[in-house]
Amino acid sequence: MCTWVTMSTEVDGSGKGPGGEWIRVTDAHVYFDHPQHAPFNHALMVDLVDADGGPSARVAIELNTDSARRLVAAIETALESVDPQVLADS
Amino acid sequence: MNEALIAEPTTFGGHGGDVIDAYLARPIGDGPFPAVVVVHHMPGWDRETREIARRFAANGYLAITHHLYSREGTGTNYQDAAAAARARGGVSDAQFLGDTAGAIDYLRALPSSNGKVGVIGYCSGGRQTYIAACRLGIDAAVDCYGGSVVASADQLNDLRPVAPIDMTPDMGCPILCLFGEQDANPSPEHRVAIEAALQPAGNKYEIASYPDAGHAFFAVDRPAYRPEAANDGWARIFDFYGRYLQGAA
Repeated sequence: MCTWVTMSTEVDGSGKGPGGEWIRVTDAHVYFDHPQHAPFNHALMVDLVDADGGPSARVAIELNTDSARRLVAAIETALESVDPQVLADS
Repeated sequence: MNEALIAEPTTFGGHGGDVIDAYLARPIGDGPFPAVVVVHHMPGWDRETREIARRFAANGYLAITHHLYSREGTGTNYQDAAAAARARGGVSDAQFLGDTAGAIDYLRALPSSNGKVGVIGYCSGGRQTYIAACRLGIDAAVDCYGGSVVASADQLNDLRPVAPIDMTPDMGCPILCLFGEQDANPSPEHRVAIEAALQPAGNKYEIASYPDAGHAFFAVDRPAYRPEAANDGWARIFDFYGRYLQGAA
């Protein structure tokens, strides 16, 4: 793709980051471009970052298109399967 | 050619006087040697980019590749630096030009330089190379499947305000464009538009398009690698640079 097009949103949670340590994550950056590690020409990438933690405070995933869509659907299904009162308690 | 070379990290002053990390590969000997700036692709300053610099050095060129995401911190993992740069909107064209001007000055100041400098880039680096050919005083440019040379108004912003194709009348050096016909960016329509812009601009250009290749066909570490196209492309690059960079400036 070779574009800088990136979808960013604030998030609030934790991720297992560099060295297997948990870090707080404050922002998510989502884009479709050339991956670093996944064996595809292009991939859907998600960076969950601690905006105050420097460039290495990052949990990264790279997924092919089908698995990215399945992940989105699984997240939606998981959220829909939970009692609304429990959902609100997060 | 004995292919003896030295390759090592270095730094120079880039846009705004910022310190830019770089990697210089050069033939052993007094020269004079032509020089090439290798512009990395969007995923960053990776091992393969440095390998390309060493390939040029083994073939008699002073070759430097500069880390366009240096501002994310010396010593930062290049993949994290790429992600951080993207989160900030990416590298501006002005910053790229300033950093690359610094790389060109660095090469021309080397005692073994013949004074001539080419630029080559891949993917987003191909787009940036196209801009360098229009904005910097270089002697030859090689654009390897540069995406978004053709850009619509909604793709422009403060960081990248002008479509590179619209800079073509200012191009001041010969350019070699290497494309894969299965690429979506540059698409077939983009490639036609680029040639249509280069023709009236009047400077020398050469275009090779490979039917069985798509984007990133030079990338030996990716599924897109197409050895037939890459081997022919490398031969064209050395022929092209041999004609325009060899000899005294």
